[in-house]
Amino acid sequence: MSKRNLPVFLIFVFLIVLLPVVSGSTYTLTVGIFCGINAMVAIGLCILMGYAGQVSLGQAGFYGIGAYVSSILSLHLGIPVVISIILAMMVAAIAAVILAVPALRLKGHYLAVATLGFGEIIFIILNEWGPGGPSGFGDIPHFSLLGYVINSTTGYYYLIWGSVAAVMLFSINLINSRTGRALRAIHDSELACNAMGLNVVALKLKVFILSAVYASFAGSLYAHYITFVSPSSFSLFYSILLLMMVIVGGITNLWGAIIGAVVITVLPELLRKFQEFDVLVYGLILTLTLMFFRKGLVPILIEKMKKFGGGAVAHH
Amino acid sequence: MLTVFLQFLFSGLTVGAVYALVGIGFNIVYNATSIINLAQGEFVVIGGLMMWFFSESLNLPFFLSAGLAIVSAGFIGFLMERLTIKPLKNPDLLLMIMITIAVSIVLRGVLMFGFGKEPYVYPSFTEGEPISIYGAIIQQQALWVIGITGFCIILLFFFFKRTIIGKAMLACSVNTTAAKLVGINVSRMVMLSFILSAVVGAIGGMAITPISLMEYDKGPMLAVKGFCAAIMGGLGSNRGAVLGGFIIGILESMTAGYLHSGMKDAVALVILLLILFFRPAGIFVSKTMMQLRKF
Repeated sequence: MSKRNLPVFLIFVFLIVLLPVVSGSTYTLTVGIFCGINAMVAIGLCILMGYAGQVSLGQAGFYGIGAYVSSILSLHLGIPVVISIILAMMVAAIAAVILAVPALRLKGHYLAVATLGFGEIIFIILNEWGPGGPSGFGDIPHFSLLGYVINSTTGYYYLIWGSVAAVMLFSINLINSRTGRALRAIHDSELACNAMGLNVVALKLKVFILSAVYASFAGSLYAHYITFVSPSSFSLFYSILLLMMVIVGGITNLWGAIIGAVVITVLPELLRKFQEFDVLVYGLILTLTLMFFRKGLVPILIEKMKKFGGGAVAHH
Repeated sequence: MLTVFLQFLFSGLTVGAVYALVGIGFNIVYNATSIINLAQGEFVVIGGLMMWFFSESLNLPFFLSAGLAIVSAGFIGFLMERLTIKPLKNPDLLLMIMITIAVSIVLRGVLMFGFGKEPYVYPSFTEGEPISIYGAIIQQQALWVIGITGFCIILLFFFFKRTIIGKAMLACSVNTTAAKLVGINVSRMVMLSFILSAVVGAIGGMAITPISLMEYDKGPMLAVKGFCAAIMGGLGSNRGAVLGGFIIGILESMTAGYLHSGMKDAVALVILLLILFFRPAGIFVSKTMMQLRKF
């Protein structure tokens, strides 16, 4: 990890530990848990969009695969939860390969619509053939490791944010590695990368798989935490929310994905009074961000801090 | 046997006509701007719901309501272009995709705010007994849908081939710089393309609502199927979009009828993916054409 990212990461871990101490109410922790789950998916999408320059409107599909596969394996086949989660990640990876091998040849709009189509197909499959159909199913076992079962909100809070920290650590290292530099180069010019002998297709495929695996992992944790799943949580709207998290936080910065996830997850809690307007509010936020704060919250903040002579937090 | 088959065929043709109109809407904007307006489906919903608002809620006469519904859809298309597309300076493709998605969410939010979540319906354009062909029943409204679609297609054909404005819009799609040089106001053409595509979508929505009802969140699915129709015939080709729309409509209604009604949406999506993966230039387009285009 680079010198500049280490202090930020330590502050991040400190904040994670601090929240339950400052406000340990079940409500705060529950909202915190959802922020963490969304953050994991958003980090994957951020690498895909901000670094590899690809767009996906089908992340909810991978998230749904994670939730359903892991739940079915652990509930109906009695496979230990941890192993179910890993198997679900493998299923998501395979699905990602099947989708990405033909889809990544496409660009821009075509790729967006292809991934959207994939997400909707998964949604229809869950509705038609998922246990319980559109109303879903419950009694999913809690997360457990080596006989130790996690069933308290605090337990899940630490489990999920611990996972976010791990995912983040892995992603930061990836971005700062040779692969990460290659990815950024793809974003700037695919043609130049090809000319320099980079295997652009293989790299894009890897990132696509990575984002699918992150989404699946988050989906599994979601299912074992809530212990109930239904297809409605995995609709196109969730894919669009993820897109918003990444854009609002700042597409070019991984921390932006976490900040964006927290903002977009907490927002409806603050707007409880305007429940009927949620779609409209989301739409306006996304439109205004795109039009006036195209860079997103975190990159704008970094610029502001640099102007005031503060330390640079960016990783590049 | 034949009766059932014909029944499915006619209902497929009816929904297919609407997909064709949505596909044409995609083409109009794409030809003038190379943007794929993912809010296209929302205009269909706007057409249906505004028609309900004017004719049922305000009790205005039929032609006035239809006119007002078209004008309001066109106005929303106008606002969309002027407020979100025009102000963008050197936008990249990712931003363009995102902004049309953002607008579609705003439109859906406004529609939900104004109309709520329940489906709306109003009576058919003409009253009368349904027509029976070999025992298959065709509602009069279905004929209206197909007829109006045909009328729109012919009108658009003449617009692009015979009028100065239509030719100017086509010129923008061929070469924007050259169009500017010969004195075409490209910005105005882009604006017009958004208005026109909104109107075409809205007309489809107004015609289909008495048959399939209309609710605020039907937009994304209509957009996906319309897009599927548009790329089936090759993006930008209106003839292709019409053919594609009817093919998807028919396949969809056959699946719903013979296999399983829950799978009907999946059919269009699977076709969409297959075309995107194997023939992104469209299935009616030659190999050579395909190699010339970029995806």
